[in-house]
Amino acid sequence: MKATVLVRPKPGILDPQGQAVESSLRHLGFEVGSARVGRLVDVELPTEDRAAALDALGRMCEQLLTNPLIESYAIELDGVPVEGVAVAPTAVGPESDGA
Amino acid sequence: MTGPRPVIPVVVFPGSNDDRDAQRALEQLGAQAPRVWHTEVELPRETAGVVLPGGFSYGDYLRCGAIARFSPIMRAVAEFASDGGLVLGICNGFQVLTEAGLLPGALRPNASLSFVCRDVPVVVERTDTPFTTRCTPRQELTIPVKHGDGCWFADEELLAGLEERGQLVLRYGEGANPNGAVADVAGVVNENGNVLGLMPHPEHAVDPLLGSVDGAQILGSLVDAARLSVAALV
Repeated sequence: MKATVLVRPKPGILDPQGQAVESSLRHLGFEVGSARVGRLVDVELPTEDRAAALDALGRMCEQLLTNPLIESYAIELDGVPVEGVAVAPTAVGPESDGA
Repeated sequence: MTGPRPVIPVVVFPGSNDDRDAQRALEQLGAQAPRVWHTEVELPRETAGVVLPGGFSYGDYLRCGAIARFSPIMRAVAEFASDGGLVLGICNGFQVLTEAGLLPGALRPNASLSFVCRDVPVVVERTDTPFTTRCTPRQELTIPVKHGDGCWFADEELLAGLEERGQLVLRYGEGANPNGAVADVAGVVNENGNVLGLMPHPEHAVDPLLGSVDGAQILGSLVDAARLSVAALV
């Protein structure tokens, strides 16, 4: 089973890479509200059992793929987003991006 | 201060590159500082302190320090720390300690997105930790930083707790924050005060030839504390 883990910086976390991308897109003439840069991890699992796969992926995210203090994640299985698995990107402190 | 030379090993991960500087500085300050390869499962006998050095362990893959924390030696380091052992993480070592959950907060890419490499003023907020006893209150040390991911982050709630407990031991001097760290934090201790992580490199500031000797205040304090901890066991 193929899984994709999408890792994002939580809202409020300063994302200088996203800011650089955002500003470059504007330089190119695109109208952009904001851009944030995260990370994508493709994982191939030796199982077809969705529940087992999701359980393993959740633990992978907690233990290695994300730093829960600063990142949230969402999971896709065989290209389809899994509802209810995404760890809600809780806001953490004041929006510091514009500083 | 004279006495036996306490054993303060320096852990070497693949990609560490300040281990020899740390070793040299510690030995110059009166410690024995064997370098210990990360695949070891035990710290040397009579270990009285541990240093996790700077560098780019595992190529900074995934997140800085995220992979190194699974090195076999880290289990021993975590046990040593939970028994009250003195652990100092410098730069990448700081990143490893936050990823390992031994220190609060996380280190993010510098706000400028630029690698910074320069001397910075570092203010000592507390002199009653094992890492700052040689300093004077509010002393401003000059110590170099050199990092791309030194932007220490904690959310408001965590930050408030750390402030209240006095865990934010080192801060960049006013207006000299090189990386956008929250509350100008340059170094933080754990709740028990026996683990310190800092982004500046004290091991690069122990000789007038290097431009500053202020790093010796930090490392010398560690050597003093390690020596005392050995003496307490005898």
